[in-house]
Amino acid sequence: AQVGLGDAVTDPAPRNITAVTFMGVYLHFVSIIFFHSLISYLLLTICNSNVYAYTCMSVYGPAVKIHPVVLASIGDSYERRNEGASRVIGTLLGTIEKHSVEVTNCFSVPHNESEDEVAVDMEFAKNMYELHKRVSPSEVIIGWYATGFDITEHSVLIHEYYSREATNPIHLTVDTALQSGKMNIRAYVSAQMGVPGKTVGVMFTPLSVKYIYYDTERIGVDLLQRTRVTPSRTKGLTSDLSQVGGSASRVQDMLATVLTYIEDVLSGKATADNSVGRFLMDLINKVPTISAEDFETMLNSNINDLLMVTYLSNLTQAQIALNEKLVLL
Amino acid sequence: MSDSIFFISLSIDLSVLLNHGPSAIGPSRFMRSKGLAGQGPPIMYLIPITFVVLKIIKHYQEEGQGSEVVQGVLLGLVVEDRLEITNCFPFPQHTEDDADFDEVQYQMEMMRSLRHVNIDHLHVGWYQSTFYGSFVSRALLDSQFSYQHAIEESVVLIYDPIKTAQGSLSLKAYRLTPELMEICKEKDFTPEALKKANIGFEHMFEEVPIVIKNSHLISVLMWELEDKSTVADKHELLNLSSSNHLEKSLQLLMDRVDDMSQDIVKYNTYSRNLSKQQQQKHQYVQRRQQENAQRQTRGEAALAEEDITKLFKPPQPPPRMDTLLIAGQINNYCQNVKEFTSQNLGKLFMAEALQGHNS
Repeated sequence: AQVGLGDAVTDPAPRNITAVTFMGVYLHFVSIIFFHSLISYLLLTICNSNVYAYTCMSVYGPAVKIHPVVLASIGDSYERRNEGASRVIGTLLGTIEKHSVEVTNCFSVPHNESEDEVAVDMEFAKNMYELHKRVSPSEVIIGWYATGFDITEHSVLIHEYYSREATNPIHLTVDTALQSGKMNIRAYVSAQMGVPGKTVGVMFTPLSVKYIYYDTERIGVDLLQRTRVTPSRTKGLTSDLSQVGGSASRVQDMLATVLTYIEDVLSGKATADNSVGRFLMDLINKVPTISAEDFETMLNSNINDLLMVTYLSNLTQAQIALNEKLVLL
Repeated sequence: MSDSIFFISLSIDLSVLLNHGPSAIGPSRFMRSKGLAGQGPPIMYLIPITFVVLKIIKHYQEEGQGSEVVQGVLLGLVVEDRLEITNCFPFPQHTEDDADFDEVQYQMEMMRSLRHVNIDHLHVGWYQSTFYGSFVSRALLDSQFSYQHAIEESVVLIYDPIKTAQGSLSLKAYRLTPELMEICKEKDFTPEALKKANIGFEHMFEEVPIVIKNSHLISVLMWELEDKSTVADKHELLNLSSSNHLEKSLQLLMDRVDDMSQDIVKYNTYSRNLSKQQQQKHQYVQRRQQENAQRQTRGEAALAEEDITKLFKPPQPPPRMDTLLIAGQINNYCQNVKEFTSQNLGKLFMAEALQGHNS
């Protein structure tokens, strides 16, 4: 005898309206209890610290791994929302492994939301999922996302719909309105709670969120990170030797940081940390000790190879240009 | 591959019919999408949004292993002299042969659905992944031609995943030059036509510079990612091992050069045949004249002038399109190899400096 909020909303009988309000109050009450009972979660909300990912990684078992594509997509669909809509919802696609869920794709679903009812275009969601499935058949619906800070009653309804599509769906909230000064990205999974047989409800338990990348994604994201610093938020793609130069200067910056730390430790300004010392030892030992002559020969042979290849490619280019001119004579 | 080209062109025509009205983009900015047949100023540069870049990378990573090309469609807007790419969606691979008709349907469905969520649905081009830079092919030319024929400003975005894995995002945008467009329209690939248009392999594609842009919200997202990410910067770019990549590139280059030499042999035989035929014609005409002169001296009627062209059919000039493509491809390979070697030389000199300090 589960009192679903869906029934409550559509049936205008006064008995059900009181049930709705009671459920709303109950949900808030339970959520407050939930906050108090989990101290690390509370620490996060009070201190607004960055340590969330680190402290909670070991506390909560299941972790949600998100690819940056998903976040960019959510941000983009938020920017394109209809006039008057305060938040955007959509479906999350991904793969499920034994204990963790990997979110690799998403698409937004049009929906209308007002004070007391919510309508989601489910036909659209199904269609889009079919289309996506044609491209990447290994992705399944693993949950849904919503922008905005809190979980509202409507979220429960939508979550119920999604639990029909996937087993144990994940709910992801992205705070695009930056209510708490940061963009909080959280994941939840629903759990039943309450007194069975009488009034039951749904509770959202948070999960830890990690970001994972493919190698090429990591490199792409690094380039995109550099767009943050320019005022027009743009970045051209460099090529050739300047890239190597850029990378080398980044390594140089890192070395400078390490050097200042070492000097601080030597002059007594900072305490020496043994683990850092061990890392430094590894670093120094990474440069291989080769005898000078061997290194000379290796270097020279490599340089010769590269020069020869450059010469050959230049020759080839001259050859085809010549061929072109001869034909067109 | 050729089927996909046909269906892409078909879908472009249909999409022209479907596109109507402006697309409202959220409360922050409101732009009008430019008309499709607008002969605006030439595109100066291209702005893909970060989201598009990430999507392309992800698509290749998931579906493209095994040196198959992955393709997809780019959607966006044209703003003054810039082409902004705001979204993209991938194409499914061709696995079954009877799923060909699904291509158009898939595209139509996708565009209709995207329109519901206010995503720009203007086709501005397509993207393709490449294997070591070998993308100059007949198929690409045909697809790009059909796209550019329908939509003036369309580009093809080439993503090189292997080069990206080596440390730097390799994304290039190309369009066909107007001269090449003319030639493709005529479908006339004889040497004379190419000579008239003065097309060399360097004038086939023009590269459009790319600038990546972020909105403020995405910038915030980037900051958030930076905070929470635990994976350190890998510095793949400074990796010294180069022989594998160099070997593969050179192998592909050699194959292309072989093709080129075969093509040159064909052309040589053609020109030799042509000159032989000229000689034969000349001899025939001379003999004719001699005979006519003899007959005149003897007082008989001159022989009728026969149609020379019917006797000596001129040999077919070989189409030069393939040569052009191969030359373009070789050029591309050479450029890549040169870039790679220059980077490696720099790295080697750095390693020498590091070693010099130690010894």
